[in-house]
Amino acid sequence: MSFISLLWVLLLGSLLGLELIGKVPPTLHTPLMSGANAISGITMLAALTLIVKAEGNVPLLIIGSVSLGFALFNVVGGFFVTDRMLAMFSRKPSNKK
Amino acid sequence: MNLPVIIKFVIDLLAVLLLALGIKGLSKVKSARDANRLAAFAMSLSVIGLLSYYLGTSGIVIQSWIWIIIGSIIGSLFGAILAKKVPMTSMPETVALFNGCGGMSSLLVALGVAIFPISGGQENFDFFKSLINEVSISVSIFVGAITFTGSIVAMAKLQGWLSTPGWTQSKVRHFVNIVFAVASLIAFFDLINGNSSSIWLLVIVSSLLGIGVTLPIGGADMPVVISLLNSYSGIAAAAAGFVVDSQLLIVAGAMVGAAGLILTQVMCKGMNRSLVSVLFGGSLSAQSTASPGSGEYTNITSCSVEECALTLEAANKVIIVPGYGLAVAQAQHTLREVTKKLEQNGIEVVYAIHPVAGRMPGHMNVLLAEADVPYEQLKEMDVVNPDFPATDVVLVLGANDVVNPQAKNDSSSPLYGMPVLDVQEARTVFVIKRGMSAGYSGIKNDLFDLPNTSMVFGDAKKVLNDLIGELKDLGVGEK
Repeated sequence: MSFISLLWVLLLGSLLGLELIGKVPPTLHTPLMSGANAISGITMLAALTLIVKAEGNVPLLIIGSVSLGFALFNVVGGFFVTDRMLAMFSRKPSNKK
Repeated sequence: MNLPVIIKFVIDLLAVLLLALGIKGLSKVKSARDANRLAAFAMSLSVIGLLSYYLGTSGIVIQSWIWIIIGSIIGSLFGAILAKKVPMTSMPETVALFNGCGGMSSLLVALGVAIFPISGGQENFDFFKSLINEVSISVSIFVGAITFTGSIVAMAKLQGWLSTPGWTQSKVRHFVNIVFAVASLIAFFDLINGNSSSIWLLVIVSSLLGIGVTLPIGGADMPVVISLLNSYSGIAAAAAGFVVDSQLLIVAGAMVGAAGLILTQVMCKGMNRSLVSVLFGGSLSAQSTASPGSGEYTNITSCSVEECALTLEAANKVIIVPGYGLAVAQAQHTLREVTKKLEQNGIEVVYAIHPVAGRMPGHMNVLLAEADVPYEQLKEMDVVNPDFPATDVVLVLGANDVVNPQAKNDSSSPLYGMPVLDVQEARTVFVIKRGMSAGYSGIKNDLFDLPNTSMVFGDAKKVLNDLIGELKDLGVGEK
């Protein structure tokens, strides 16, 4: 991948992000923030790459593993907590009676 | 192109598409839950794509598998446990913590690559390429460190573990932060010049910078900061994408970064604050010390729970204004009991939700939903504001700044211009509050001085429990 095309990817990705959420009801600010936050844990892929390419270098394996742990803490926790919040909205009052 | 490359390409493309749809769906109430799952699915897909690519090309040695499994299990386990256990009231600090860890992860990746350059693609390592590599490593470390320490400070402040030190409200903090920023810049150029040990200087000063910029920010502005830090962690991820040459990381990171920025802006608008004043203005109360709006209360009417119950019984329309104080007292369930009684008596009950009620926009909706309050009864500020003149009783529970009429009347007030709930228009206002302390912004609330406002002092939960008792004695809701 040439650097220039990576820059294009960065530019288009940013534009996409700007377009995606135009109008968000305040109700959803917290869940949206927490969901987007979980996605930012995508660095787990970088951590995985690090571990796979470590070639037996133990300190690097450890750094990669710790990094993976932090990222997955972010991802798994983030998605679960978002789901917990959103589950409360979807409960309909009609079937509570 | 061989097969593994094609498969990875297709999977990555699909993952990006699903992630984009996920973020999009999260901004609508109906689709939000499915969208969240979709995004989670896309993330797992991307992992499968990456692993299968390496399996199909270079292979993954056992040793790597072991470290992958160790890291995954520990991280996922802690994440899942925390996500299940944490009370809904601490949601903002939880998001901050998760976010900080995402930033830490990007930092570690960049640090790992910087200390032990990974093999592959190094045969043609020309000057330009190594420059790009060093720049992306530096950015990843810089933003990652700020995200991490900033988020941890934000969490600690929200949890009440950290208060705002006095010196951070003076001009000194700008000087200190500029020193940190300049030092980061020096470390950055030193690093590019080939002095690899300055990477540690970069780690240290950017971490300090993260602390320095977050510490002075007052509690009321914390949600904005968390949202901004969330955007940063996306940028850190994108930078890490440049480090390991991953398009998927760059796209996803950039999307989160940009979306987070928009969300931050939306939040600022809701609180009538500009991002600049949030970041550099210090806490609101510090700005307001010179304002004539602050001062002593002169005309406080306090009343008993019994009077409050009597007034409620005679009302036709009641609006509840819940705030963070309600959540802290864990009184949302008790509140629900009170409103049930009132409804059974034929009284119309509505909850007025200010956009920044609670500690984060949307936080209060989550808390009330937890207490089984029907979604239809939650009215947003713009919808409910015209209703106040036709309302008999307003119950303000643990809310303060969002019902301060100063925001409308007093142009010298720091709150001036912030959209507020016009509770003073109602016939009677009861403010249930522990004492006369100021709200989150630290500003005096003119509402308390108004003749139609009565204060009911006490812990929200206790007052509401007493209220249930009084209502029972009056025979409300027991037909």
